[in-house]
Amino acid sequence: MTFDKNHPIIFVLVAIIILVVMAQSVFFLLRALKRAKQLGMDKAKIKKTVISSSVFTIAPAISIVICVITLAKDLGVAVPWLRLSVIGSLSYETVAANNALSGMGLKLGDPGLNLNASQFVTIVFVMTISIMVGLLLAPIIGKKLQKGLISIGKKDKNWVDIFQNSMFIGMIAAFLGFVFCDFSNVFKGDTSALIPVFVMLSSAIIMALCGLVMKLTKWKWINDYALPISMVAGMALAIPFTAWLG
Amino acid sequence: MEKKNLPYLEQVHRDGKIWNFTMAGVFFIFPVLLCIIFNTLPEWESLGKGLIATLPMYWAVGAIEVITYVPMLGAGGAYLSFVTGNISNLKLPCALNAMESANVKSGTEEGEIISTISIAVSSIVTTIIILIGVILIIPLTPVLSNPVLDPAFAQLLPALFGGLGVVFISKNWKISIAPICLMLILFIAIPALNEGTVGIMVPVSALFTIGVSWLLYKKGLLTKKEESVDNLTAMANSDEQAE
Repeated sequence: MTFDKNHPIIFVLVAIIILVVMAQSVFFLLRALKRAKQLGMDKAKIKKTVISSSVFTIAPAISIVICVITLAKDLGVAVPWLRLSVIGSLSYETVAANNALSGMGLKLGDPGLNLNASQFVTIVFVMTISIMVGLLLAPIIGKKLQKGLISIGKKDKNWVDIFQNSMFIGMIAAFLGFVFCDFSNVFKGDTSALIPVFVMLSSAIIMALCGLVMKLTKWKWINDYALPISMVAGMALAIPFTAWLG
Repeated sequence: MEKKNLPYLEQVHRDGKIWNFTMAGVFFIFPVLLCIIFNTLPEWESLGKGLIATLPMYWAVGAIEVITYVPMLGAGGAYLSFVTGNISNLKLPCALNAMESANVKSGTEEGEIISTISIAVSSIVTTIIILIGVILIIPLTPVLSNPVLDPAFAQLLPALFGGLGVVFISKNWKISIAPICLMLILFIAIPALNEGTVGIMVPVSALFTIGVSWLLYKKGLLTKKEESVDNLTAMANSDEQAE
């Protein structure tokens, strides 16, 4: 069969794989819903979780579509569609593809880059194998990690709660630090490094305002949408901040 | 019969293992099928060079991610997240926000259920939106590639963690000050720390925060809570199935 990076057969294969991935999500969703029912969990709470998670996902998912468009120029549409629908991200896929291409003396974005079948499958192999570790390791050590947490809890009932909050805070602190990664450029006159800082602060202020409005008005629904609201508002404000500072 | 006697968490671990190992096989077979269909083989030298350049870094980060994220995501959420990806920028914040809104704690059975529902829904919605994007890629490309929108999507992470930070830091401010200061200093002072390396700093920051919390806890400076662990232990030990 003559190779084309947008050959219909690649789309068919990718669609089948994505259907299987979707089936796993549906399986775990139904299992959790069933267990929630058995435990007599509040239906309204479950419904709110489904709606707020859906709303929250929209903006990040659109950014993933943009990544598919970016990679599609060199790799066709089907492979980026697969790679970014499963484990992967733009930065990871770009690095993996470029590492495979560098062995051929090529790189993504080269004018007129026209991959042959062999080069194409080489890239897909590198992308696939390199990202496997989380997928394989989670089922191997996931249960042990949870048991470890439980055993900590048995030794000290209070500590495990603090331990988990510490992990969340640790992750958030790392990403807040990342917001300032170009900050030293400000002292060299590059004010664009302030854009992520202002966006982060705007989002934080909007989130705090949502909390305040909820307290004053007793509108509890705000709680479910506060994060997507603050995130989208922060992203929207990035446009004037960039025009100003960028 | 065996299924009925297994506690919920045990079922999740058993099915998670089956699903994830199956998915690993399915993902790996894709490039193999491409080779068969297009009657070709990889360029072995380039493949070797590509793997040598990529594997050590990504396998190390991947292993650290599993150790860091599994306790936060819960069992069901972890099995799904390590198949569907985008953990730190989508699945984990989504699950944390859902647990916070539902007023349940990570590590309790209710937390496990809410986290799993949240991540499963997020995965399904993401897949559908990407599918719509792929179907409409020609009309959508000029819209989504519009330079006016570029800054908005470039700032997704600051916008996400600004809001999320307020929620968690306001409730845990005592344990937040030290790690935030450390991360600010490191990210400002070390040019190599950027979007590509933030994943490596997550476990560093988490370990540091755990250390600080331990000190504060031992000095009696943190509020004690009993509820979470009782539920966690109960979840692990429970063999009751309400059906």
